[in-house]
Amino acid sequence: MSGAALEIQGLRVSFDHPLGLLRAVDDVSFTLRPHERFGLVGESGSGKSTMALAIMRMIRPPGHIDGGNILLGDTNLATLSGDAIRRARLAGIALVPQGSMNALNPVMRVGAQVADAMRDHGVSVSARAIDALMARVGLPAGTAQKYPHELSGGMKQRVCIAIAICLRPTVIIADEPTSALDVVVQRQVMRTLADVQQDLNAAILLIGHDMGLMAQFVNRLGVMYAGRLVEIAPIAEIVRKPRHPYTEMLIASLPSMDHKDALRGIPGLAPLLRDLPSGCAFHPRCPKARDRCTTERPEPRALGDGVLAACHFA
Amino acid sequence: MLRYLKRNPSLAVGIFLLAILVVFIAVGMLLTDPEDARPLSVPALRRPSWAFPFGTDRQGRDLFAAMVVGTPLTLRIGFIAGILGVTIGTILAFVAGFYRGAVDTIIRGIADIGLTVPGLLILIIIAVSVRGGLTVNQMALVVASLAWLNPTRTIRSQVLTLRERGYVEVARLSGMNGPEIIFFEMIPNLLPYLGATLVNAVSAAILASIGLEVLGLGPLEAPTLGMTLYWVNFNAAIINGWWWWWTAPIAIVLLVFLGLFFMTVGLDEIANPRLRRSV
Amino acid sequence: MTAPLLQADRVGRVYGGGLLGAARTVALDDFSLSVGAGKPSVTAVVGESGSGKTTLARLLLGLTTPTSGTVRYRGEDITRLSGDARLAYRTDVQAIFQDPYGVFNPFYRVDHVLTTPVRKFRLASSRAEARALIELALRTVGLRPEEILGRYPHQLSGGQRQRTMVARALLLKPKIIIADEPVSMVDASLRATILGSLRRLTDDLGISILYITHDLATAWQVSDNIIVMYRATAVEAGQAEAVVKAPAHPYTRLLVGSIPQVSQTRDWLATEPDLQRPEERDAACRFADRCRFTMAVCHTDRPPLSRIGLRHAAACHLHGQHADLAAEDLNDVLA
Repeated sequence: MSGAALEIQGLRVSFDHPLGLLRAVDDVSFTLRPHERFGLVGESGSGKSTMALAIMRMIRPPGHIDGGNILLGDTNLATLSGDAIRRARLAGIALVPQGSMNALNPVMRVGAQVADAMRDHGVSVSARAIDALMARVGLPAGTAQKYPHELSGGMKQRVCIAIAICLRPTVIIADEPTSALDVVVQRQVMRTLADVQQDLNAAILLIGHDMGLMAQFVNRLGVMYAGRLVEIAPIAEIVRKPRHPYTEMLIASLPSMDHKDALRGIPGLAPLLRDLPSGCAFHPRCPKARDRCTTERPEPRALGDGVLAACHFA
Repeated sequence: MLRYLKRNPSLAVGIFLLAILVVFIAVGMLLTDPEDARPLSVPALRRPSWAFPFGTDRQGRDLFAAMVVGTPLTLRIGFIAGILGVTIGTILAFVAGFYRGAVDTIIRGIADIGLTVPGLLILIIIAVSVRGGLTVNQMALVVASLAWLNPTRTIRSQVLTLRERGYVEVARLSGMNGPEIIFFEMIPNLLPYLGATLVNAVSAAILASIGLEVLGLGPLEAPTLGMTLYWVNFNAAIINGWWWWWTAPIAIVLLVFLGLFFMTVGLDEIANPRLRRSV
Repeated sequence: MTAPLLQADRVGRVYGGGLLGAARTVALDDFSLSVGAGKPSVTAVVGESGSGKTTLARLLLGLTTPTSGTVRYRGEDITRLSGDARLAYRTDVQAIFQDPYGVFNPFYRVDHVLTTPVRKFRLASSRAEARALIELALRTVGLRPEEILGRYPHQLSGGQRQRTMVARALLLKPKIIIADEPVSMVDASLRATILGSLRRLTDDLGISILYITHDLATAWQVSDNIIVMYRATAVEAGQAEAVVKAPAHPYTRLLVGSIPQVSQTRDWLATEPDLQRPEERDAACRFADRCRFTMAVCHTDRPPLSRIGLRHAAACHLHGQHADLAAEDLNDVLA
C-alpha cells in the first residue's frame, strides 16, 4: 500500500537461546498512516519493545531480524546497509526511548547533545536554533545550557523529544515515553508529543502498556500478545467493542475512576517464549477457548470497520 | 564446566598456563633430587644439556632442580600472603562497609594512608629489621602486612552496594541480625568477586616478594625465583653470557604472571555478568 | 484507651543540611498516623516521587530513623524495643516491596525467603510443619507450591515473585502489612489479581494494610481511606470516596484530572500549560508554585488541615472557614 508512513510486513525477530529459538516478534504486520497516531499495547513478553528496536534496526545478537519488511515510505529499512540505516535514523525515523533518565549523557549540556545529533547527520546548527527547538517542546529559555541532572524527569524526557524531532522525521516511535513520570507530568509530556506531531505532520507509533493512556492519545491501536498481533482497530471501536478475548479482559482489568468494581485480573500467566502453547498462544487463559484453539493458530482477519482480530470466534 | 571454558577463553588460557606450571613441578619432583638445588651439589656453570636441562649456576646448583624446588616456594609466599591479605581485608571491609559510622572512618583512613605510602619501601624496612635472615614463611607474613590494604578498599565498595539491596532489607524484616546478614546474604553473592580479588592479591604478593628477593632481602638459602634472580645479578650473569641462568626463572615468572592475569580477566567476567558476551 | 499498634508520632525526616552544607531536603515533615487501631482497613498513601510516602513506609518499618518525632509500637519507641518486644514488632508489622526481583537473594532458591522467617521466629517445630505452613501461605495468595518452591528467582515471573512476597508477609500472621508500591512493576492484568488478594487479607484475615502508591485509581478501588501526600506533607485525607469524588485540595484535583481513563468524555489531552512559578517554591504553602488559586495568605501562612466533613480534611486556605484539624489527629478522618 503506497502512501503509508511506515509499513511493517510479516516482521519476525528471534533470539538465540540454548533451549531453542525464541520468537519475540512473530509475523507482525500493520500500517502506520501519515499523520496518524498508532498505539501498540502489550504486557511483558508481548514483543512490543522488541518491535521498536527492530524497526530502528537496533537489535543486537543474540537477537536478529529473521524476516519481513520495514517500509519507511519507499525504503525497506530491513535491508539497508549500516551506513544507510544510520542516515535514516533520526532523519527519517526517530525513537524517543523509555527511561529518559538514562538516555542523556550526564556530563554534557543538553543543548550540546541535541547539536551533537544534528552534526552527526551533517547539519550544523546555531545556538539560536537549539533554543528554538527547546521552546518548541515547551522547555523554558536557558534549558539548553543545563546539565541533565539539573532537569526534572519531565524536562529530560522533553529534551529526548527535542533530539528525536531535530531533523524533522516522518515517523516518531515513542517507547513508553512516560512510564517513569507521574500522571501530571505525563499529561504534559503527551501534550508536547501531540503538539510536535502536528507541527511536523509526522506519524507517531506509541508503544506502551497503559490502555488508559492509549485510549486518550491514539487514533488506532494494536494489541500484542506473546509476540503476535492479536487485534488492530480504531481506538473508539476497540474500547466500545473489543473483539479479541485478551483485549476484552485487558480493558476489564483496568481500575476505573468512575465506579468501584470487583478487581478482575486475567487468570494465569503470560506464556514464556520458550514454552509457547500450541495453536493460539492465549488459549490457556481464554474463557472462550475450544478444541480448535489448541491446534490451529488464528491469523488476523478483517472484520469490517477497520478491525482486524486474530481469533477464531471474533 | 568445559562448555563454559569455551565461552570464557581468558579463564581457559589462564587455567591452561597454570596447569603447565603444575605439571612441570610435579614431573620435576619425580625426575630430580631436591638436594641438587643446593649450592655445591653439581659442577658449576654448565650449559643446558641432557644431564642438566636448565644448566647449572655459578654456585653449583642444578638449575632445573632449583626451579622445581623454588617455584612452589615462591607460589607459597604468594598464596599465604594473598589469602591472609584478602581474609583480613574482607573482615575489615565488612565491618567498615556494613556498620558505617566511626569504625568505617577509622578503617578507611588507615587503608587510605597505607595505600599512599610506597609499599616496597615499607617492605624493605620491615625485611631489613628482621634479624638473622628470613624464612619463607616470615617472607609471606612480611608481604601480607600490606596485602590487605587494597582488598579492604575494593571489597568495602562492594559491601556498600550490596547493603542497599532489597533482599538485605527483607532479611532484616525476617529477623536476621548483622553478622547473619553478612554471612548468609551478602558473602555468597560476593564469592566471585572475592575469588577475583584473591587471584589479584596473590599476583601482587608474588611480585612484591620477588621484588624484595631481587634486592637480596629474601630467604637467602631458598632457591626461590626471586633469590635466583638476585644471584644472577650478584654474579653479573648477563654480562658474562651465562644466558641459561636467567632465562629459566624469567620464563617461569612470565608463565606465573600470564596465567594469573588471564585467570583474573576470566574471573572478572564471572563476577561481572555485564561483561559476558553470550547468554 | 489502648495505644495504637503502630504509630508515627509527629515524625520528620531531613537529609543533608549538615556542617558541610549539603542541600537540606525535607523528606517528611511533622507527620502523624496510626495504623492498626480499630477495625482492620486499607489506607492508601498516594503521592508522586518526593512526596514522602516511601520515607513514611521506611520509618514505620524501622529501616530508617526519624530526625524528629518517634515511631511507636504499642506505645514504645521502636528504636528502644527490647528483645521480646522487638520480636513482637517484627511479627506484627510486615512489608511488601516494589521490586519483585531485588527482594530475592539470587544466590538462593525462593524457598529461602520463606524459610528464613519461619526459622527466625520459630513458627514451626519441625521441617514438615514448616513446609506445611509455607504451602498454606502460598495457596492463600493463589500460587501452587509445586510451581514456586525449588525454583530460583529468575525462573519465576514478576507476578509470581510478588505474590510469593505476599505469602512471606502472611507467614508471621501480622496485624499490619505495609505495601510499598506492590504492583507498580507488575503487568496491568495481574495488578487487579494481586490487589484483590490484598483486599481479601483485610476482609478475611483482619490485617490492616497501608497501601503506598502513586496510582490514585487503584488506591480508590482497593482502599477505605486515602491520604494524599505532596512534598513531605499530607495535603488531603479521608474516606476514599470523598477524596476521589469531591477532591478539595487543588493538587488532588489536578491528580484526578490527569489520570487517563479508557472511558472519559472530556478531552484529556487538552490540558492547560503546566503552572510553574519557581520563585514561589519556598512559599509557606508547598503547592503555591503550581496552584491556580493562590491568595496572599498562601505565601505567608502554612495551611493547616481543615476538617471539611466528618471523614474528609484538606490542607488548603480555600477551606479555611472550616475547623482546623491538628496534624496529630489525622486518624479522626480515617475510617
